[in-house]
Amino acid sequence: MAKVPVQFTLNGSEKAEFVDSGTTLLNALRDKIGDTSPKGGCHQGTCGACSVIINGELRLSCLTLAETCNGAAITTTSGIAEGGVLHPLQRAFLDTFATQCGFCTPGMIIAAKVLLDHTPNPSRDEVIEALSGNICRCTGYEPIIQAVLLAARANSQNAA
Amino acid sequence: MALALRTFATVKDANTALRSTGTRYLGGGTLVVRAANEGDVSVSGLVRSTDPALSAIEVAGGKARIGASVTMAAIAGHPGLGALAKAARAVGGPAIRNMATVGGNLFAPAPYGDFAVALLALDATVSTDDGELPIEIFLANRNDSRAIVTSVSFTLQKAEGFRFLKVSRVKPKGVSVLSIAAVLERAGDGTVSSARIALGCMADRSMRAKAAEKVLLGRTLDRHGIAAALAAAGQGTSPITDPIASAWYRAEVLPVHLGRLLLS
Repeated sequence: MAKVPVQFTLNGSEKAEFVDSGTTLLNALRDKIGDTSPKGGCHQGTCGACSVIINGELRLSCLTLAETCNGAAITTTSGIAEGGVLHPLQRAFLDTFATQCGFCTPGMIIAAKVLLDHTPNPSRDEVIEALSGNICRCTGYEPIIQAVLLAARANSQNAA
Repeated sequence: MALALRTFATVKDANTALRSTGTRYLGGGTLVVRAANEGDVSVSGLVRSTDPALSAIEVAGGKARIGASVTMAAIAGHPGLGALAKAARAVGGPAIRNMATVGGNLFAPAPYGDFAVALLALDATVSTDDGELPIEIFLANRNDSRAIVTSVSFTLQKAEGFRFLKVSRVKPKGVSVLSIAAVLERAGDGTVSSARIALGCMADRSMRAKAAEKVLLGRTLDRHGIAAALAAAGQGTSPITDPIASAWYRAEVLPVHLGRLLLS
């Protein structure tokens, strides 16, 4: 299999790798780069566990080929904490017990981050819509929705 | 499974490469990468084109032309395509809508392809590197198509003339039980003068409800006026059975939801 060079910015750091042509971004991140925060759930675009942000847009890394990300800016859950301080969403997920097995959590947080980046004070319905591509089999979703609303409130209080 | 991807600046070059056996076109990846992940061994190579025209939306003079690589999210957010936003938002969750393309949706098998249902009702024209085809003919022959879709074009409808409904069990995102799109025109007396009704999940791909369209002509859009159309709605359909719903269930609920759409 031909190796192709791939360069992108991952959580603010330049990355350059050779990957097999056709390798998914999920596999490149986890197996080549060592960022295991995106999870490989269904590999079908259904569960959202592999969600990442590519150039500001929510995408599924299991359905994205790594070589199509040349020059892109990619954000994963492992890169959203700053200076050792958890991102408000990460803090809120802990505070509201929104995490149980934890498998869906990175994808949920990334989907929620995209929402809050564009809509800092979302309604409950907007949160539900934003998380509609992410499946959780533990929490029943309610604590997750509460976590996102809590993080939004924390954001707006910080901004005030 | 890793697949070799070849990228071309022009559609023409990509189309030439696509003629190799086992080669599939990569749009947003929601169909072809999914198939590869699932172990579809018929896919041995991928091609794509970065031609900017594939990502363009043109809205002018009552017409719209949407490049094949335009995503559902781009359509849902385009100010000139407001009537179609509901159909674009019916496709997947937010991440899928950022990836799924107009061109890909034309090839999506039922229960997917909700946007193609809307395009079928709009009587869209599908452009490929080989020329243009009415969407109905394109859909009928899509399994044998080897020409890259470059765009779809259609006449814009007023919001009140275009109706779309997706029925799913999970809200707000769920796989379709069925989807229905309709373009209806009414005469001065309120009776239907023209009707195009398209159905999703009532066959392996989007199809027209021609019997219902025919009997709707000259009728009023009230409970009595649409009764014959609802009775005829299932003619010629062959609903799919999947984990979401059986063919029997889909056939049973089609008149109910078509009625709601026509009366809405």
